[in-house]
Amino acid sequence: MRPFQYQRASDASAAVQALGAAAGNNSPLTQATAQPLAGGTTLIDLMKLDVMRPAAIVDINPLAQGWSAIEPGSDGLRLGALARMSDVAAHDEIQRFYPVIANSLKLAASAQLRNMATLGGNVMQRTRCSYFRDVSHDNCNKRHPGSGCAAMEGVNRMHAVLGTSDQCIATYPGDFAQALIALDATVEITGRSGIRSMPFADLHKAPGNSPDIETTLQPGELISAFAVPGRWPRSVYLKARDRQSYEFALSSAAIALDVQDGVIRDARVALGGVATVPWRAHDAEALLKGQKFNDDMAERAADAAFAGAVGRRHNSFKIALGKRVVARALQQAAMMEI
Amino acid sequence: MTAAAPEPKANMGQPVPRYDAVSKVTGRATYASDMPLANPAYAFLVTSAIAKGRVDSFDVDDARRVRGVIDIVTHENAPKLKESKLFSNGGYAGTTIQPLKSADIAHDGQIIAVVVAESYEAAREAANRVKVGYTAATPSATFDSPGTTTAAAKGQNAMFKEDPKVGDFAKAFQDAEVQLTAAYETPTQHHNPMELFSTSCVWMGDNLVIYEPSQYLYGLKNGVAEQLGIDADKVRVVNPYVGGGFGSRGSMTPRTAIIAGIARRLNRPVKLVPTRDQGFTIATYRAETRHEIRLGASRDGKLVALRHDGAEVSSRPDAYCVGGTKTTTRLYACPNVDSLVSIVRADRNTPGFMRSPPEVPYLFALESAMDELAVKLNMDPVELRRINDTTTEPIGGKPYTSRSLMACFDEAAKAFGWSQRSPAPKSMSDGDWLIGYGCAATCYPTQMAPSAARVRLQRDGRTRVEIAGHEIGTGAYTVIAQTAAERLGVPLEKVSVFMGDTELPPAPVAGGSNSTASTCSAVMMVCDQVRQRLFKAVMPADSLTDRAKETVGMGQTPTAQAARSDRPLDIEKAFDALGVGVVEEYGEWKPDGAPLDSFKAMHSGHARLVGGAAMKDRIAYAFGAEFVEVRVNRFTHEIRSPRLVGAFAAGRIMNPRTARSQLMGGLIWGMSSALLEVTEIDERYARYVNDNLADYLVPVNADVPDVEVILLSEQDDLINPAGAKGLGELANVGTNAAICNAIYHATGQRIRKLPVRLENIEV
Repeated sequence: MRPFQYQRASDASAAVQALGAAAGNNSPLTQATAQPLAGGTTLIDLMKLDVMRPAAIVDINPLAQGWSAIEPGSDGLRLGALARMSDVAAHDEIQRFYPVIANSLKLAASAQLRNMATLGGNVMQRTRCSYFRDVSHDNCNKRHPGSGCAAMEGVNRMHAVLGTSDQCIATYPGDFAQALIALDATVEITGRSGIRSMPFADLHKAPGNSPDIETTLQPGELISAFAVPGRWPRSVYLKARDRQSYEFALSSAAIALDVQDGVIRDARVALGGVATVPWRAHDAEALLKGQKFNDDMAERAADAAFAGAVGRRHNSFKIALGKRVVARALQQAAMMEI
Repeated sequence: MTAAAPEPKANMGQPVPRYDAVSKVTGRATYASDMPLANPAYAFLVTSAIAKGRVDSFDVDDARRVRGVIDIVTHENAPKLKESKLFSNGGYAGTTIQPLKSADIAHDGQIIAVVVAESYEAAREAANRVKVGYTAATPSATFDSPGTTTAAAKGQNAMFKEDPKVGDFAKAFQDAEVQLTAAYETPTQHHNPMELFSTSCVWMGDNLVIYEPSQYLYGLKNGVAEQLGIDADKVRVVNPYVGGGFGSRGSMTPRTAIIAGIARRLNRPVKLVPTRDQGFTIATYRAETRHEIRLGASRDGKLVALRHDGAEVSSRPDAYCVGGTKTTTRLYACPNVDSLVSIVRADRNTPGFMRSPPEVPYLFALESAMDELAVKLNMDPVELRRINDTTTEPIGGKPYTSRSLMACFDEAAKAFGWSQRSPAPKSMSDGDWLIGYGCAATCYPTQMAPSAARVRLQRDGRTRVEIAGHEIGTGAYTVIAQTAAERLGVPLEKVSVFMGDTELPPAPVAGGSNSTASTCSAVMMVCDQVRQRLFKAVMPADSLTDRAKETVGMGQTPTAQAARSDRPLDIEKAFDALGVGVVEEYGEWKPDGAPLDSFKAMHSGHARLVGGAAMKDRIAYAFGAEFVEVRVNRFTHEIRSPRLVGAFAAGRIMNPRTARSQLMGGLIWGMSSALLEVTEIDERYARYVNDNLADYLVPVNADVPDVEVILLSEQDDLINPAGAKGLGELANVGTNAAICNAIYHATGQRIRKLPVRLENIEV
């Protein structure tokens, strides 16, 4: 870890001012000289590892009072970005009307981490790629654009099979983001010039030719809230992993179905643990919509979800695994008694 | 009594709580890096980013500018140290790769510089700012990597004396009615004890004090003295508690002498707390192994031929190997046995002991093969073990001092509900989960080593026991106190035990599960010396002493005397007769068959373990049987093991509570080894990739909801005075095979490579 300045933001405008003022240069957000601190569960780790070297930390926890509300309504849900994962996961109405959200949070990390980590920080969590997190490896396009990718031909069991490029195959590690992208959430962003909203699906950027740019968030901007339209009581989050708790997904599926009179009126399919960004499987959804559910269709939808997947030496299994996870999660959602 | 404190059966001590329990859970127990130091400087290691080649240049300008940096030590200015030989060649070291000696790099993560600063933070920041230029060569990472060399272990490792064989394997195998040939693999694993590989070195004039977690205080004391070229009497190692060892702290690592040398030069205490990832490369690990097992049997299940070939990875300069064939060739009755162990040299740090070093990989292979043979024979795997059970080992025909293997199988099978198993694979399930039951034998050699102890008894019964033993989390303080209390007939609460300091009488390495047997045997002997002095005071004439042996039970414990209503010794009367307030005795104990130089070696920090298969006229092992339930998800192929049951017999159980705790930890460790633990190696660079506890998986509570330990009563008077067999390394041995055997039962799929992960399952 390197020495840094610590400032505690008194309010939202002070926070974005402090973050924006330090931005100065044109570097991507992750390299910005000032970084916001909420739960600290990713940032502090990466600073200890010398991966992130901010000169200043802006503690935004004082904003919690205005930014941590959990507000379920009849036509949608609003979640403050500083709500703690554990509070949202334990919320009665979230469990009832948005099981996919509650379970994506409950199945993530450990109880201690969920008590610290915030929703905003969670969606901004950076990849667990071992080569990215170990600065003794010089070749990481995410840390040093143009330096190459050690994971491509290295130990890549945990890496992505969807949304990869020849520059980067690092997996987006989170769970909650899959629920958000599945439910067409919007993200509310507070910046120096006010508040803007955009689809959550536009927040993360696939690596392409610039894996160092991970989101469309700009220095001086903070996620202040998420909004989810509608209610999705028929929804599940299924997560396959090496151990029973406290472990990232090898493959996960966030599924939400709207079934009326046996017909699927709307279907949402998102994939975790297998893609470089939160991943929505629109082709799978298209196959399901307007149909009556059966197991065969679940399998066809799962195949469609992984149509473009590219496996590598250690992670090819994720394609077959991911399909089975999607198919099973669809079955579980279809079988739910609402 | 509770599950945590089982009711003692015959030949078991009381399940008294740990002496150190409260201080540990309240954080008051002082570990090495907790020791307060006066004005310390802080060291931080810089380790190599390549596995083979040399350092061309250091750019330290940026690092030196960090405020508080005192010195940056590289091979160009490092303190000169003498070499230490590998422990197996009569030295103390766990590796002969001595960092900072030259620019050469022999493995990933080798220490190449040490930054010393006024604070830990400054040292770490400066270390991050050191820029290193390398000339890298292509390293050989592991099995099958170009550039490795392979040779038989015999002849290159002094501790591996022979490849056991008997009869005519080739012919017997060829003629066997049923044959099985199968290959198995185990992965690289790291101990990852909770406490990091810290060390603090403090000089007072010519005298050095080292605070370091160690499983062998006297080895470290003598080894560091040798490297520094000073008299061992000038080195003291202090370490009252060890935050886990599992073998990783059994032999000296290079870091200690380096830090001691820097502290001497600075004339100031130096404290080093390396990071978790550095622990993967500055200490040892369990090397990956490969095995081929060939079994020949008659139709009724009797083994007629057994061959076990093993191969293990080691470093370029050091021929470390575990050579578990000494156990696997002797476990079952079989007239024709052959074996061969080979060592494959690669560009790696030198591997070393890790909990049950030989038995874990070698029994995984044998006990998996036994299950495969049972399938071929269409026989219950428990019955196959029964048919081949033996009271004499087949290689030398020596009798087992005691062997409760089948009793363990029967007890564990009953508790587990083995009879509920439907034998056909894929025949049991529960919703999304396929269910499999599996079992395996477990065993571990009973070993002892010379040990000394000092015991001081006061007139009021207060007792002080001194021994440079090691509290590695096993409950050593507690069982030593129990032993002294029982032997002297004083209440347990009056006994204080002092350990973890080389100012105290030497104890052997806390390895090979010899500690309890060795230290307690020594403490018993010295307690008897104390009692002898008191007896002689009461009954000074020799003839009366003889009578005292009968009437007050000299040679018996006071408890045994009381049980027989013999007259116990009145301690206060004896003190009055002796005319003193304190009786103190020192003694040195050695096991039967210990080599002639045992006591000399004990003081100079060389472990002389005897026992197991290496004794002249007998063979001593602890045994157990392990049963596991495995669940494999039909859809995700996730593998869980929600139920583990083990039954174990290990001679006298000194304390059922601490014994259960060790065995329970062993079962969990074994499950972890089978399903989770692997150090991933990037073969291109011969580098460890998942060198942290987020990516190197160990179980969480949710993985082990139900673990049952059954302790069997067993008496063995042929092993050591304490009658105890080591059990710290017993329970984690059989689990690997038991899990794979259960996976076979659940899925019909035989998996011969660890760890088993969901991508290996094809349901």
